[in-house]
Amino acid sequence: MVDADSSPRLTRRDLLRVIALSSGGLALGWVWPARAGTSETPAPSQFEPNAWINLHADGRIQLRLARAEMGQGVMTSLTMLLAEELEVGLDQIQIEPAPIDPVYTNHLLGEQATGGGTSTRDGWETLRAAGAMARTLMIAAAARTWGVPESECHAHRARVYHADGTRSLGYHELVTTAAHLPLPTTVTLKPRSEWNLIGTEQPRLDTPLKVRGAACFGLDVRLPGMLYATIERCPVIGAEIRTWKGQAARATPGVIDVFVVKQGIAVVAETTWAALSGRARLEIECRPLRNAAVTTKHLRARLHLGLDGRASVALSEGNVSRALAESALEIEAVYEVPFQAHACMEPMNCTADVRPDGCDIHVPTQSPAATQALAQRLTGLPPERIRVHTTFLGGGHGRRRELDFVHDAVELSQRLKRPVQVIWTRADDLQHDYYRPMTLHRLRAGLDATGVPLAWFHRVVGPSVLARRDPGRIRDGIDPLMIDGATSLPYRFAHRRLEYRRADTPVPIGLWRGDGHSHNAYVTECFLDELARAGGQDPLALRRTLLAESPAHLALLDRLAEHWAAPLPTGQGRGLALVEAAGSRLALLAEVAVEDGRVCARRFVAVLDCGQVVNPDAVRAQIESGIVFGLTATLKGAITFSDGRVEQTDFGDYPLLRFDEMPEIESILIDSDAPPGGVSPIATPAVAPAVANALLALLGRPFRSLPIRL
Amino acid sequence: MIHFTLNGEPQVLALDPVTPLLWVLRDHFGLTGTKYGCGEGTCGACIVRLDGEPVKSCSTPLSSVAGRSVQTIEGLSPDGRHPLQLAWVLEEVPQCGYCQSGQIMMAAALLARHPRPTDDQIAAAMSGVLCRCGSYARIRRAIHRAAMPEIQFG
Repeated sequence: MVDADSSPRLTRRDLLRVIALSSGGLALGWVWPARAGTSETPAPSQFEPNAWINLHADGRIQLRLARAEMGQGVMTSLTMLLAEELEVGLDQIQIEPAPIDPVYTNHLLGEQATGGGTSTRDGWETLRAAGAMARTLMIAAAARTWGVPESECHAHRARVYHADGTRSLGYHELVTTAAHLPLPTTVTLKPRSEWNLIGTEQPRLDTPLKVRGAACFGLDVRLPGMLYATIERCPVIGAEIRTWKGQAARATPGVIDVFVVKQGIAVVAETTWAALSGRARLEIECRPLRNAAVTTKHLRARLHLGLDGRASVALSEGNVSRALAESALEIEAVYEVPFQAHACMEPMNCTADVRPDGCDIHVPTQSPAATQALAQRLTGLPPERIRVHTTFLGGGHGRRRELDFVHDAVELSQRLKRPVQVIWTRADDLQHDYYRPMTLHRLRAGLDATGVPLAWFHRVVGPSVLARRDPGRIRDGIDPLMIDGATSLPYRFAHRRLEYRRADTPVPIGLWRGDGHSHNAYVTECFLDELARAGGQDPLALRRTLLAESPAHLALLDRLAEHWAAPLPTGQGRGLALVEAAGSRLALLAEVAVEDGRVCARRFVAVLDCGQVVNPDAVRAQIESGIVFGLTATLKGAITFSDGRVEQTDFGDYPLLRFDEMPEIESILIDSDAPPGGVSPIATPAVAPAVANALLALLGRPFRSLPIRL
Repeated sequence: MIHFTLNGEPQVLALDPVTPLLWVLRDHFGLTGTKYGCGEGTCGACIVRLDGEPVKSCSTPLSSVAGRSVQTIEGLSPDGRHPLQLAWVLEEVPQCGYCQSGQIMMAAALLARHPRPTDDQIAAAMSGVLCRCGSYARIRRAIHRAAMPEIQFG
């Protein structure tokens, strides 16, 4: 048994890969790190072969979920990976949330966290191996009980059967025997031909709860003696309270206390409504700061300066300037992408219960480990005394990787010595977000005499997301997140140059569905259609030319060709976009019309290659939600600033796509033997360019800024 | 004192009559299936039925439910097997699920008025409830399915 976390050279993943290559089995280099090397005897009533599986003698089979369920379906798809190899049915298991432990680290994010389309990719080997390890032990226990070779036994629906057809034992009957067996050091995963769950349509395990209103989201947490709190913040970015009057708030029935906290003025009450009513009676005045003059126009001007002059070179192939000078036709365009909010349907919130001996935090978070670390810093409690209970998340989209709402709740509970639920209003949520950054882009290309682009230049100008979140990843002035998608452009150009010019603004920015792809896919895919038009080329044919050496991308376009060539009703335009992100590839076709001066997206056809599909309907659902999320950002609003504050306060001025605006969506999943890619982030970035390209085809002019305005 | 019926049970409350029904449900009765999304009647996550009609509970003062009957998602069916709930499961409607109580209660009110709604009737009713996950197409299918349970649930 190797404890991966104390092994200096080989990480668990390395072990898995090394052994997988040499013997066809998988090495098991992990257990509960806290229990490794101890002589603790497992209780006879239950058996935990590894950190994900707990088998009980009473028949219960508990599987642990270490990722946040925020609509993307991980509660079902990750459980399917465990259940497939464990040989149990989804109807036989219970799911319990995993605690915080290094064994649950998401290796693609470097912490126990959920986001960026990483959950299935990260869990693909680990969870199947965890299931296989437990199944191997159950079979070994049965074989020992019967005195037969393990090769004569097989498992199905939580029972081990002997090949003679006369004997079988349930997992619950094998718990005690298995608990005293040595843990296997290698396991063999089932071949694809023997899968019963992976790749099949499985009903989502969270749906029954969600249709009864019984799923517990963060705001649904109710603890004995719990108080409700809300915080009034200064609306100006980075401003602080100068003076405030709280008498009227304090006099509101149900209000318990009103006081200053780091983020503003907190109103604490016996009910949510009392807290909100008290808050409405607060009078605050903020200290004027230099940000009080910030407007979107100023921010745009600041970014504009970065379009010229020095920049960091992220990629340089060939000689772009010479190729541009020698080209038959040179084209240049500047694109603009605005700030966007996350607007999760469940506003930010957190419930904390800080006591002298420990702390419980109930929170819809994508980052439980960071939540624990923050609480440790604020309370001084040791991590083992800080329990984080991840609830269902009413949307995440990257917003719930942040910890500001955790800070609110822990600080208030610590001060009040009571459990406290902090609720953000919709206005708080829209005005104090970590936004998708605003960016400007300069693109240049040179076409040869036949209309084929030979040289491609792209400069991304914008603030750095990682400067606050993870500055160590910024190298040579380049924030890799900001150039995501622009770097990995699949098209072959003889000469290519990619630059990044960091231009920070006072606006808080963060992760947002698709991250850098959400701006880069828009500008690169739109500019490509501009080039096709200038060179007299069909957009799909031009992409085929530029992807001649990329069969995987060509396969996507092949599947779209029939839809691309189909007759289109008068008054509609058709556009195309290609996105590669999170280990997956997507070609998206959009059909749009203009009605009453408004853009109407009528239909999308998505062709997705995301490797092996775990739960097909969940993948289709992610395509649908990615398209709707992207369509809101393409056609609806944006976050803008005046007098240093966000102008949008509600769904009236930050509208979301409505039911009657829903396009038809057809999803085509490419069959693949490759390991799974991420799905959540891939459709959103493709929407803006597909729609803008459809409008270019329909109206004959490019749409170089978002949201699209005719 | 305000008297009203909540999911079939008579209730009496001595609360400030301006208190929005949403917070009465969530904080006084612990019926957290009804959600807070905006507090201004624009998102529809808080929809419940008042004498059968859909209302946004965040903008409905307690005073206006006096003598009337309120139904929340918890009261839609005793066992989660209302035709809409069954159809919602079969069509795999929810993603994050936060708006779905409001969606289902709006759909229940729609079916009460139009037992076989057309696409246009569905769109007109459901456009008042926002879903950030884009479950709209599945909602439409689920409503059609629920509208003919004798066929669809066999």
